[in-house]
Amino acid sequence: MLSLVRSLWEVFRHAFARRVTVQYPDEKPYLAPRYRGRIVLSRDPDGGERCVACNLCAVACPVDCISLQATEDEHGRRYPEFFRINFSRCIFCGFCEEACPTYAIQLTPDFEMGEYKRKNLVYEKEDLMISGPGKYPGYNFWRVAGVAIGGKTKGEAERETPPVDIHSLMP
Amino acid sequence: MRQYIFPLIVIAVVLGVALNLAAGLIWVERRLLALWQDRYGPNRVGPFGLGQVVADSLKLFTKEDWVPPFADKPVFIIAPAIVVATALLSFAVIPFSPGFVVADLNIGILYLLAMSSLGVYSVVLAGWASNNKYSLLGGIRASAQMLSYEVFLGLSLLGVVMLTGSFRITDIVEAQRKMWFVVPQFLGFVLFLIAGVAETRRLPFDLAEAENELIAGFHSEYSGMKFGMFFVGEYIGVTLISATIALLFFGGWLGPWLPAPLWFAAKTMFFICLFILFRAALPRPRFDQLMSWGWKVMLPLALVNLLVTGAVVLARR
Repeated sequence: MLSLVRSLWEVFRHAFARRVTVQYPDEKPYLAPRYRGRIVLSRDPDGGERCVACNLCAVACPVDCISLQATEDEHGRRYPEFFRINFSRCIFCGFCEEACPTYAIQLTPDFEMGEYKRKNLVYEKEDLMISGPGKYPGYNFWRVAGVAIGGKTKGEAERETPPVDIHSLMP
Repeated sequence: MRQYIFPLIVIAVVLGVALNLAAGLIWVERRLLALWQDRYGPNRVGPFGLGQVVADSLKLFTKEDWVPPFADKPVFIIAPAIVVATALLSFAVIPFSPGFVVADLNIGILYLLAMSSLGVYSVVLAGWASNNKYSLLGGIRASAQMLSYEVFLGLSLLGVVMLTGSFRITDIVEAQRKMWFVVPQFLGFVLFLIAGVAETRRLPFDLAEAENELIAGFHSEYSGMKFGMFFVGEYIGVTLISATIALLFFGGWLGPWLPAPLWFAAKTMFFICLFILFRAALPRPRFDQLMSWGWKVMLPLALVNLLVTGAVVLARR
């Protein structure tokens, strides 16, 4: 009986405690920099697409919400012809970001993606593409990769020595 | 002419206050529960979320009036009306201030107890008519709970009646000019408070409803305004028991400075808040605990209270 009175008192004291509710639309919650929200496709520092359409993100995706078609431009650079993420399936696990070899696909701290029509949750490439480099400002995959593309041959990448001439005897 | 118009005004005011208060209490309860659980509760619609009441009632009114095909239709429809009707009828003997009462019966307390006991028919019939085992269990629990708690609900009030020598509620209030009855009848007050919570079937004694074991018990098949009637009936019941406590134990409208109806309203509101605090703080007992507590602890205590009060009244005569 006394314990009941005590619990009544303890609960009553909560009238003067701080309320824990975050009044969301008026008061935005703090989202950590690594919060896994809306997925974006980022660009090189010089503005080119980072995505090389390797399909690793689509393979890593546990719910198969990413679909893309690879193609090549006139310089031999691979890029996705289309890139589509179905956000009504996406579980925001971030595996695609981990799988990406070029830091192209990134998750951002934004979750306000509500739509009235389910179809509008399918984001096309132009919806996903952002204008900047996202979390990796200085990184340019084509600048550091030892792949020859138009305007850059083997050995011209950063910190890359020219290839060894295998037909020469000189060291 | 005047003798017809004044009672009509009184009836209109009593009905209006009781029904609007019942609707408003939904908001009060949600806000208070939230306060004690460190939340905000409904605070979006209108100032302090007061518009939530309007929004909720509009929603209830526009819902489909659905009767399950397996239900006993006439009983299913009548059941929710009974709880509201009996609770509102009980308000006939509740005086808001001296002279402001629908019917100042000389058996006021008996009438009050009779009416509030009739309310259990609503729950039992609803549980029966729903043709659903959980609802039926809820109805059976409600009747068993009523049987065991009704006994000392009445007995706990008899101390007050003995001290006053009248069943008329206005007489009882006037008899508290020197001292509120909560002082000589403290045990009676505690017993009545507990029995009152059981009578309104509110937490911690909401075993008829028990959403986590009986999935809302007697009203699991109800929706729309029929469900709303149970809700309104429950809140009118809470108001009624709170008003009764204020009248019989805390001097009703008596008090300095403020006008009489304000005192009465303030005291009633205090007990309504206490009811909500009970809901916020106390866990629900098991059913056998509830029954054995009622018969083995509360009833003997009420009888002892009665005996002692009787002896004191006799000795002082």
